[in-house]
Amino acid sequence: MMSQSIIDAALILVVLLNLAMLATSRLARCVRIFAMQSLLLAALPLLLELQHTRALGLHPVAIAFGAAALKVIVIPWVLLRVLRTGEIHREVEPMIGFTASMLLGSLIVIACFAFGHRLVLPVKPQSDLLLSVSMATVLNGLLILVSRVKAITQVVGFLIVENGVFIFGLLLLEQTPVLVELGILLDLFVAVFIMGIVVYHIRREFDHMDTNLLDALKES
Amino acid sequence: MSILRAVLAVPEAIVLLALPPLLLSVIAKTKAKFSGRVGPPWLQPYFDLYKLIQKTPVYSRTTTWVFRTGPIVNLAALLTAATLIPVLSSDSLLGFSGDIILVAYLFALGRMFTVLAAMDTGSSFEGMGASREVTFGTMSEPALFLSFVVLAVATKSLQLSQMMGSGLAAEWQVAAPALVLVVGALLIVLLAETCRVPVDDPATHLELTMIHEVMALDHSGPEFAVITYAAALKFVLLGSILLHTAIPHPPSLYFLGPMLRMVELAALACLVGIIESMTARLRLNRVPMLLAGATVLSSIAVVLVLTGRMA
Repeated sequence: MMSQSIIDAALILVVLLNLAMLATSRLARCVRIFAMQSLLLAALPLLLELQHTRALGLHPVAIAFGAAALKVIVIPWVLLRVLRTGEIHREVEPMIGFTASMLLGSLIVIACFAFGHRLVLPVKPQSDLLLSVSMATVLNGLLILVSRVKAITQVVGFLIVENGVFIFGLLLLEQTPVLVELGILLDLFVAVFIMGIVVYHIRREFDHMDTNLLDALKES
Repeated sequence: MSILRAVLAVPEAIVLLALPPLLLSVIAKTKAKFSGRVGPPWLQPYFDLYKLIQKTPVYSRTTTWVFRTGPIVNLAALLTAATLIPVLSSDSLLGFSGDIILVAYLFALGRMFTVLAAMDTGSSFEGMGASREVTFGTMSEPALFLSFVVLAVATKSLQLSQMMGSGLAAEWQVAAPALVLVVGALLIVLLAETCRVPVDDPATHLELTMIHEVMALDHSGPEFAVITYAAALKFVLLGSILLHTAIPHPPSLYFLGPMLRMVELAALACLVGIIESMTARLRLNRVPMLLAGATVLSSIAVVLVLTGRMA
């Protein structure tokens, strides 16, 4: 019962961090919010395992530590380094205003909570919130992806989507082989690494990283 | 209402009427502590009120009766609300089913008359303050209402004194995450409605940055005393809504409950003082963000409570 409410609290915090991400105006803070969210998510497999009140298996521990090392330390470090060395202007530049995008995000959350309960799953989820929170996180990530101008916020949006998929993966924690999960994490790392390099080079070549201008043939 | 309750209401009402200025000085003392000063004496707000009451009010020739009734209607609305909101003990004096709506509209009535009185002066500064007050008011009201909805759904009651206090204690076992969100939302509403720091700075005297103080610029003498007192009373009322939600007392405490509540109110004033000392005032165009944040917190709490009921 106790660990159940801790899990619920962690999942709600994850949703609130999504909304905080939509509301922040600083790129560096966006990255830190992502790191915080990932830390919470990395703790979830351990909490879910403890709920069964048996000894910790290798599988959740591997997932938790792999996710923590990658998404809490390495990826934020890479992104913050790009921010620092790329001499990027540190503001977010949204296409939808901050308040509007936060309200839009909360509408998404409400819709996901309303629908999350009605979906039929092959396995009984450990927490009722798990499915709703995962859907809300994926959709909020998509919102960040489409509504922000800068290349680096798109990377962050992509990472948020991945966090949502990670939550969904927790539903099937016992069925998925550990290799698959670690493979996903590795893919993620490579993707962010490449995107970091690309963002850096966009900045070097064009003096900005506004993705709206990528479809123009030459720089005017 | 039993006779015992009526008798007990007298000392409670006296304390409730005497308490608000003291909380102002708790906030002032906390802020002074943080900046390494001694701060004004504990009874300074009472001295100020006494001084103001003795003065002769000055009226501008452009003002009408609206200007004079504004502060009085505001205070009367808040005093009426004080009989419906559980402040020290966890049952209110005149509570009835559905009184949350009356309370919300009493707050709105008080605000409306403050705003009208400000606009009545014809000063552009006060018009600006009135415009801001109304803008931020419309944004904090949904947060307050949605928080009430959460409490109403959780306790299945529409009476403030049953929605909070001992009835809520059992809900903390079941719906803790939603209630924590409600407490967060109510804290933001409290800061916004009583014009404390992240939203408004009560100490500043630049007309361009103030919200609430700017509306009172033309009031003087006893009317200004009424405004100052009403602001303090509003802090007590919203503060006790917050406290009764956050820390519901079990009914077994009897006489200890109200005492404890007073200590908690002082602690809340301390907390507000700490928040004021540690944060800077938000830029005016970031304030809607904070208030929208409160609305989002309480709306998520509504969803959580509703889905929890259905499951």
